[in-house]
Amino acid sequence: MSMPFYVAPEQQMKDRADYARKGIGRGRSVVVLHYADGILFVAENRSQALHKVSEIYDRIGFAAVGRYNEFENLRTAGIRYADLRGYSYDRTDVTGRGLANAYAQLLGTIFSSGGEKPYEVEIVVAELGVTPGLDQIYRLTYDGSVGDEQDFAVMGGSAEVITEKVRQGFRPGLGLAQATRLAVAALAADGGATAAPREIGVESLEVAILDRNRVLPRKFRRIRGDRLAALLSDSIDPNDPGREAPAQLVSEAAAPEVRLGPGPAAGTPADPGS
Amino acid sequence: MTDPARAAGLSPEFLRSGTSSFLDFAALVAPNVLPSSRTATPTLLSAGDLAPHGTTIVAATFPGGVVMAGDRRATMGNVIAQRDIEKVFPADEFSMIGIAGAAGIAVEMVGLFQVELEHYEKLEGAPLSLVGKANRLATMIRANLGLAMQGLMVIPLFAGWDVAAEEGRIFSYDATGGRYEEHAFFSVGSGSVFARGSLKKLYRPDLDPTEATMAVLQALYDAADDDSATGGPDLARGIFPVVMITTVDGVQRVAEGQIAQMVAQLVAGRQQRPDGPGAPLR
Repeated sequence: MSMPFYVAPEQQMKDRADYARKGIGRGRSVVVLHYADGILFVAENRSQALHKVSEIYDRIGFAAVGRYNEFENLRTAGIRYADLRGYSYDRTDVTGRGLANAYAQLLGTIFSSGGEKPYEVEIVVAELGVTPGLDQIYRLTYDGSVGDEQDFAVMGGSAEVITEKVRQGFRPGLGLAQATRLAVAALAADGGATAAPREIGVESLEVAILDRNRVLPRKFRRIRGDRLAALLSDSIDPNDPGREAPAQLVSEAAAPEVRLGPGPAAGTPADPGS
Repeated sequence: MTDPARAAGLSPEFLRSGTSSFLDFAALVAPNVLPSSRTATPTLLSAGDLAPHGTTIVAATFPGGVVMAGDRRATMGNVIAQRDIEKVFPADEFSMIGIAGAAGIAVEMVGLFQVELEHYEKLEGAPLSLVGKANRLATMIRANLGLAMQGLMVIPLFAGWDVAAEEGRIFSYDATGGRYEEHAFFSVGSGSVFARGSLKKLYRPDLDPTEATMAVLQALYDAADDDSATGGPDLARGIFPVVMITTVDGVQRVAEGQIAQMVAQLVAGRQQRPDGPGAPLR
């Protein structure tokens, strides 16, 4: 008959934390920061299909690093939580704080329960407030601890080096182009102060924003392709908010208004101003 | 031992992969919030008189899109329950839904349908196809059959821009969840017979969006003319039909000011010829 080894609880927790940290440290990083008109997510991600940054609800975005299947599970749970809550009560009753708490409970319980392996993930739940002062970035770690981050949050492999780089360049009220460039420069400098910054192309970046200027209730949208390239190139005005016209989705009877003119509709853009 | 995830507020169902449907998920964890949770009491009495009913919705396709319009009246027996109810809604970016029947359940169903489409889009990263959306709606109506048999019937009209086929399409339903694709134009609700008759004469496949809008307004006027439950344009209060169009640019609501102008033109025409514009005999 075998005797189980005694492992001190301190040691057990430390082992589990080391295990989770190692998993997270292997991945590329994500930067989430406030900018003039909302919250910006920038991730280094070679896949255009497997997202690290996603929409959860009207004003709530999600970013994650670590093991894909685990944070994908969390993302799914978050969307279900938000949609169920929004449907049972009202769209305005879905808050980032509530979601962050639910995630924290889940991660904390899994971390400290002996049965399961801890999740190797770190996530950010960011919420656009009614006014810029109420914007929130919550950062959650594998053990369920929640941090309410000021200004910005960095997660992933070389988080410390990147954090330092972002801190140097960050100031409140950065334009979208400036903020994006700062985040990309920080991600590229993950080799440390001595190494030369890497080149990160548009195709290996995943960029999204929660945009306060969007008229529709759903504030989340992705920036990719030419739009992203234009944002990163130096030729444009760094203060250009870089708005993208097409709406993502209309809900709650919030259809934009149109005035009809004669002639076929196909291809004639609506002019709400006339 | 209690399940740790259940104790944490996000029960294992939240983490389970498989379904991208909000309806299926809600049926699993919180069936009480769904309209289908209402069980009809076994009785021979009709519940139809308990709730307001919405009346006429019309839709018509035109090259490059589809237009949908609804009158603004809800009735309860012989009483007008509401004179400014809105019965045409955007379902998502490229589709819209109009409702006739028991107003309370219908509005709830529209809310659920909107969440269903948005939920799928967020989870999958891509929207459902137009036919996929139409089929989801059929599932919801099927779940309402018990109540429909007691008089609380909900009959929606669904229309949208088919991104793949690049055309506007219209789908109608029956109380058992049957889904039928309609061509050119269709109408549902108590005044639908008159509206459809009117559209039959006024509709042409080559109408532009403005003409198509005028045609559906004329059809609603004709429905209100002969059906007491359908509301005509309320000129005194400035309450006009809700009109939405869906084109390659997505769902847009036609500006109320423009509808007011078109209604004024329509009414002026009817003062000359009360039965509306005539169609050539041959």
